[in-house]
Amino acid sequence: MLVINNLHAKIDNKPILTGLDLVVPTGEIHAIMGPNGAGKSTLSYVLSGRAGYEVTAGTATLDGQDLLALPPNERAALGLFLAFQYPVELPGVGNANFLRTALNAQLRARGEAELDALQFLKRARAEMKRLAMPDDMLKRNVNVGFSGGEKKRNEVLQMALLKPRLAILDETDSGLDIDALRIVADGVNAQRGPDFSALVITHYQRVLEYIVPDRVHVLASGRIIRSGGPELAFELERDGYAQVIANAA
Amino acid sequence: MSETDLMQAASASFLARFEGLKSRLPGDPAVREAARERVQANGLPNRGLEAWKYTSLRPLAEISFAEPLSDASEIDPAHVPGFMALLPDFDLPRLVFLDGRFRADLSVLPELASVANFAVAPRLGPTREGPLDALNTMLAEDGAVINLDPGVDAGTLLLVNLAQDTAGRPVAFHPRHRIRLAAGARLELVEIALGEGVYLHNPVFEIELGDQARLTHLRVQNESARAFHLASIHAQLGSGSVYDSFTLALGSRLSRVEMDVRLAGSGAAAHLNAAQMLGGEQHGDFTTCVRHQAKSCASRQTVKNVLAGHSRGVFQGRIEVARGADKTDGYQMNQALLLSPDAEIDSKPELEIFADDVKCSHGATVGALDDDQIFYLESRGIDEKTARSILVRAFIAEALDHLTLAPDSEAVIRAYLDARIEAGFERIAA
Repeated sequence: MLVINNLHAKIDNKPILTGLDLVVPTGEIHAIMGPNGAGKSTLSYVLSGRAGYEVTAGTATLDGQDLLALPPNERAALGLFLAFQYPVELPGVGNANFLRTALNAQLRARGEAELDALQFLKRARAEMKRLAMPDDMLKRNVNVGFSGGEKKRNEVLQMALLKPRLAILDETDSGLDIDALRIVADGVNAQRGPDFSALVITHYQRVLEYIVPDRVHVLASGRIIRSGGPELAFELERDGYAQVIANAA
Repeated sequence: MSETDLMQAASASFLARFEGLKSRLPGDPAVREAARERVQANGLPNRGLEAWKYTSLRPLAEISFAEPLSDASEIDPAHVPGFMALLPDFDLPRLVFLDGRFRADLSVLPELASVANFAVAPRLGPTREGPLDALNTMLAEDGAVINLDPGVDAGTLLLVNLAQDTAGRPVAFHPRHRIRLAAGARLELVEIALGEGVYLHNPVFEIELGDQARLTHLRVQNESARAFHLASIHAQLGSGSVYDSFTLALGSRLSRVEMDVRLAGSGAAAHLNAAQMLGGEQHGDFTTCVRHQAKSCASRQTVKNVLAGHSRGVFQGRIEVARGADKTDGYQMNQALLLSPDAEIDSKPELEIFADDVKCSHGATVGALDDDQIFYLESRGIDEKTARSILVRAFIAEALDHLTLAPDSEAVIRAYLDARIEAGFERIAA
């Protein structure tokens, strides 16, 4: 379970998160929607531990463990996964090697047995088949020369292999056509279960037709200003952020 | 003392050594004498010379080197087992030298190559232009002489240079290696230099490739952190031959590798790739001269520098295209990854083109590790240090990927290189 309490964060001395409260129970998928500049990406980076963000107040825990005190890799080992809005290219780093190194680092951190090359390949190929990814994507360098859709699918592949307890999808829908969106959504839905939760950060309601959330939260000026069921996404789509924010004020 | 005076004084000690040694040195005394005259006239190179403006031999000049003990058996073998344990885990033929002297007891001779040691078959080639060559020609005592008959594929051969100072006294040695591949012959030479303490390792290679011959020359310079490594490699390539080299510079307080490659027959190809991983106060210089003298030859140079601490990397790359060397294809790229604000890279490309219809390009880049890439790896559960190591290795991989290795030894050699590069990063990042 993710519990965020009164979270304040700054970047370059500019306050971005201004007292954010949020609870995502294990097994649920929540959506965070908000206009540009509301703090959506900042929230995902503060939770995953990117440098450059200063947390000035508040707490964030995953299954009772303090996230904010840990380096990013230890947060990942606890089961936190960030699907990047702009997945990073790593020239010279093979995708298979990268994925196995990451998976084994997490297994090691949790005291579980690591996978050898063969065991890993078997598992990776099975997940790739589900995501309709060609085999050669394992041989290529991480995200290098991938189309926008391939990059997002590679994020979902990583999620499927790392099996996080909480996945944060940071505008994973941006730049995807309908077919790719469907594949990505299927990948997320395949993880659904009592041990998996997700925070779907998005601008648009469209992705939520494919990944139906248990709850929808509206983020504006660094705080959650309204929460509701899936129908809240449709209200935002119909009335626009400005209207919903004005009504909440 | 001015640098010029200092270099003169330093050469005096080498000249004095020559006087003491010369009656025992093998080979043509006239060749030795000519080299002595050049050393005496020019001293050690100083930074007033254009080719030496980025590399000062001052730290070398400040050390007085003892002569290696005349009897190789007197050298304390204490470090040898440790050195041997650092070699690739592979049952390969190998020629092992200790402080510049051939050690039959540590060597395993190859079946298909004819190997002689220099002390037995001394044949000094014509003296060359470089001041380091003159020093070597004057003082060379030993070296590997490798000859391959036409069409022979001799597989993989290790050339190992182990070094240690003698009871704390710095030593200098000047091996002279000759490698001749007749037409169509093939060899994969894996050269490894390891050592302890203060010493000067000043090897000269004379390489001659017949038509369609192929030499893979992998050099792993992993000398002692207090050593000096000054190597000169001269290669002459016949028609359609390939000289595929990769130099990994890890050790030495000061190292300089000069590669002088003459593409003498049409359709020859030379790859002079390198990676330097330097930290602390290390200085590493990779200097090349590729002479395109025949039609349709190709040269490729990808040089990667990973520089930490106060280290300094130098790349000087010269491409000369002679009149009539049409369809020349020359490529040169020097890239540096600076891991510290105090590290420095100096890059000097020189193109001299006298032919028409030539494709020649060069480029240089300097950068730091990318924070976004580090965070991406960390966010997947990889700790920061490992993330940096992965990115550094990926940076070097591009230069290494061009290296062609024999299928039966490739996995072991690549694993050995990966391990050395990983250890190299651990060392400079510490």
